[in-house]
Amino acid sequence: MTMAGPAIFESAATLSTLLATRKISAVELLREFTARVDAVDGRVRAFNSRDDAGALRLAAESDARRAAGRELGPLDGLPVAFKDVIAVDGQPLTCSSRMLANFVSPYDATVTTKLRAAGAIPWGRLNLDEFAMGSSTENSAFAPTANPWDLRCVPGGSSGGSAAAVAAGETPWALGSDTGGSIRQPAAFCGIVGLKPTYGLVSRYGLAAFASSLDQIGSLARTVEDAAVLLGAIAGHDERDSTSVRAEVPDYRAELGRRKGPWRLGVPKEFFGAGLDPEIEAAVRAAMEFYRRAGCEIREVALPLASEYAIAVYYLIATAEASSNLARYDGIRYGHRAAGATDAIDIYARSRAEGFGEEVKRRIILGTHVLSSGYYDAYYLRAQKVRTLIRAEFQNVFAACDALLSPTTPTPAFPLGAKVADPLAMYLNDIYTIGVNLAGLPAISVPCGFTSAGLPIGLQIIGRPFAEADLLAVASAYEQAHDWHRRHPQLP
Amino acid sequence: MNQTSDFDIDYVANLARLALTQAEKERFARQLGEILHYVEKLRQVDVAGVEPTAHASPVFNVWQADEPRPGLAVDAALRNAPAARDHQIVVPRVVE
Repeated sequence: MTMAGPAIFESAATLSTLLATRKISAVELLREFTARVDAVDGRVRAFNSRDDAGALRLAAESDARRAAGRELGPLDGLPVAFKDVIAVDGQPLTCSSRMLANFVSPYDATVTTKLRAAGAIPWGRLNLDEFAMGSSTENSAFAPTANPWDLRCVPGGSSGGSAAAVAAGETPWALGSDTGGSIRQPAAFCGIVGLKPTYGLVSRYGLAAFASSLDQIGSLARTVEDAAVLLGAIAGHDERDSTSVRAEVPDYRAELGRRKGPWRLGVPKEFFGAGLDPEIEAAVRAAMEFYRRAGCEIREVALPLASEYAIAVYYLIATAEASSNLARYDGIRYGHRAAGATDAIDIYARSRAEGFGEEVKRRIILGTHVLSSGYYDAYYLRAQKVRTLIRAEFQNVFAACDALLSPTTPTPAFPLGAKVADPLAMYLNDIYTIGVNLAGLPAISVPCGFTSAGLPIGLQIIGRPFAEADLLAVASAYEQAHDWHRRHPQLP
Repeated sequence: MNQTSDFDIDYVANLARLALTQAEKERFARQLGEILHYVEKLRQVDVAGVEPTAHASPVFNVWQADEPRPGLAVDAALRNAPAARDHQIVVPRVVE
């Protein structure tokens, strides 16, 4: 085969074929991506750091394996970039926070170990909202990432660096984490595919914890097939994460070809109400019409609790868990330590004041308050009970549906700075994605159009627990019949 | 649910071990008042007899054999310590 264009915008599957047929070497491929990052990342600001030397060494090893005639898997020789919350031994892990500005991981996350075993090359580390708290990547302590489709706009968040890097052709794919929409929302804003797996499918060992009952690692990629391959490489039980499930991990890519539908697809009517951008609604309704013509049954469903209460539940549970998880940053064992502290309490309070940014402090304060004596029952416990009802609501809907269709976001990417001063307005961005995390479900965002201003639009597809193979097949059916994912931003 | 006017920023900041500036205290008290007002809507939901959900994973009581295995080496564990000496983390004196 021949290359249709520069390698930087090819799918990982195509790059894998180019490597297998010796059209390009892993070292040459990595050099294309490092050159691309050198050329554009001053404007996109997706990367926090890169280990070019280490990556080139691993690329040369992959080329040597291939030259020796070994049978290699689909990830062998391909670079992978990581949201800067996932541990790679010997590489920085900053969480885009001053608190961890000088932290170097002393071990590999389980997903890193698995990717190394598959021959993939852990290469660069990608920007995010500090400790994954935010929807725009403006909460990074280092710099805001820009949306490659319009550098004046945010890329979404919190995995904004991951989404922007894939969209800008700086990496074939990336890992992110999704606690309330942090993979799907930036994928939608940047016109790529973002997959949040079922809670428990992918080990979080080596992921810096934000809200442990919601966090999940997932893939950001150019195509549904690439997202499926990357998921297959990182999924599976891990005894080092006690929430990890002994679920079967099928060959997701092979399943894409086997599962053809037709499917029963539910459309939550509340997700098409006030606040939804009309161009996004039109694009998502056109996607629904595609499925209908393909023989799927489209049925309206109701999620009254998830649509009305999910954000309130989320901001109580996620902040409570964050206030507990982030208590470990005390200035003693690792992370920033304030100078000149006089006693232990003084070290904690001043190190945390200097190390954490505004949104992290705000959420720690809120979470501490809702867990404090006298407020626990009224806030945290009540939120956990409403969470039970939201989960049951999804379960009821899935009794008669194979998957749900909705917009990923109510609006397209917004201008940098537009919502920084209004936390609640920022939180409302996650209205369609957050219920999925509360219920522990898998969901994917796939490109389904562009606004008249040229900004990408995402279609969210929500699946049953551990039914990623079906979810990916539903997404792939749409992608195969459209070419939104073949468009790339023209960076100035 | 309690009234948001009960929110005591000094008390909570101390619990959270966060030394906030006066400007941060005023800003957070106002913003968190708005957020707490927003979450008041959860009072509308009838949760009588509903069990709380701690997480969505179908996994409970995970047990493992108690077998020793290699862990993090001392040098790796101390690599990120703000100050270390003789395989120990250095902190200011806290006991007279």
